[in-house]
Amino acid sequence: MVTAAEVWDALAEIPDPEIPVVSLVDLGVVRDVDVQEGRVRVDFTPTFLGCPALEVMRDAMAERLRALGVEPEIRVRNDDAWSTDRITPEGREKLRAAGFAPPAPRAAGAPTLVELRSAVFRCPYCGSTDTRLENMFGPTPCRSLRYCASCRQPFEQFKTL
Amino acid sequence: MNEQLLEAADDELVVGWRDSEWTGIAPLLEEDVAFSSIAQNEIGHARALYELAARDLGTTADELAFDRAPGEYRCSTLVALRLVPDWARTIARRYLYEQADERRLAALKASDDPEVAGLAAKIDREEAYHRMHAQMWFDRLQDEPRFLEALEKLRPLVDDRGEQPPGLAELWEEMTSVRRSVAGATW
Repeated sequence: MVTAAEVWDALAEIPDPEIPVVSLVDLGVVRDVDVQEGRVRVDFTPTFLGCPALEVMRDAMAERLRALGVEPEIRVRNDDAWSTDRITPEGREKLRAAGFAPPAPRAAGAPTLVELRSAVFRCPYCGSTDTRLENMFGPTPCRSLRYCASCRQPFEQFKTL
Repeated sequence: MNEQLLEAADDELVVGWRDSEWTGIAPLLEEDVAFSSIAQNEIGHARALYELAARDLGTTADELAFDRAPGEYRCSTLVALRLVPDWARTIARRYLYEQADERRLAALKASDDPEVAGLAAKIDREEAYHRMHAQMWFDRLQDEPRFLEALEKLRPLVDDRGEQPPGLAELWEEMTSVRRSVAGATW
């Protein structure tokens, strides 16, 4: 009989398809695991709804859980209860180490241009806050592009959601 | 409720297709990235909205998106227009569309159906980035006569959903050609 802890451990081995340094559990997109008599239900929320990796993540989770000998149900929950604040402290550290600045904490209101253009975002390479917004959009919907004037390095900033 | 979901989904799908027409030909490389990313996200919103509508209608998101006749789409004239290579009109559409979408999402967020309200809240969080992009360009072009003229001309089309919008038939041919060409294929 598979336990919920074993399911969480298995899911923690699945890398994010776009940023493989972090796992789906690090990203916080796995919201709930429910184990009942050989059936496992996983509740999962994509970062952005336009995420091209959504199906890949869903299939990878299902495949990994079938390998544990259970029939998985992967339930996609599209609601606002998930936010980038759910990225774990380990996940944030792994992102930073790989050159992705982790997201700023979610505020009550929507982010503003003034905030994004301000110098509170820290370069993941040298730690300087002398950085500027290059493009609100990047290679995937969850990332934007910034430039560090201190170490002259462009870097990717995870968007706050 | 399904009417409202389909209207929103059709708008998001079609504006996503139209925005994606800038991929590779935008006037700035930064905007190639921005328009591609916005288009991808709008189509992701369309998918989630179609999925929610499909559940009640006993169909699938793909069938709602691609197996209806062009006359059955509820999108506005604003989103259906083919605007490449006119950047001023394209930015005017983005600006007007995001304003209208924000109002629509506010209404959906207040829905009694928790799934509709939840999805609308998530979409709204994401749209904040599209709105900032539109605002950034508005600030930049607000003194340009061509941009102001485009705003004035396009504004009445935001809620124009009467007849089948001009341009939609051609777009529908493009959107559905591969799906229709392979009978019986499961994608």
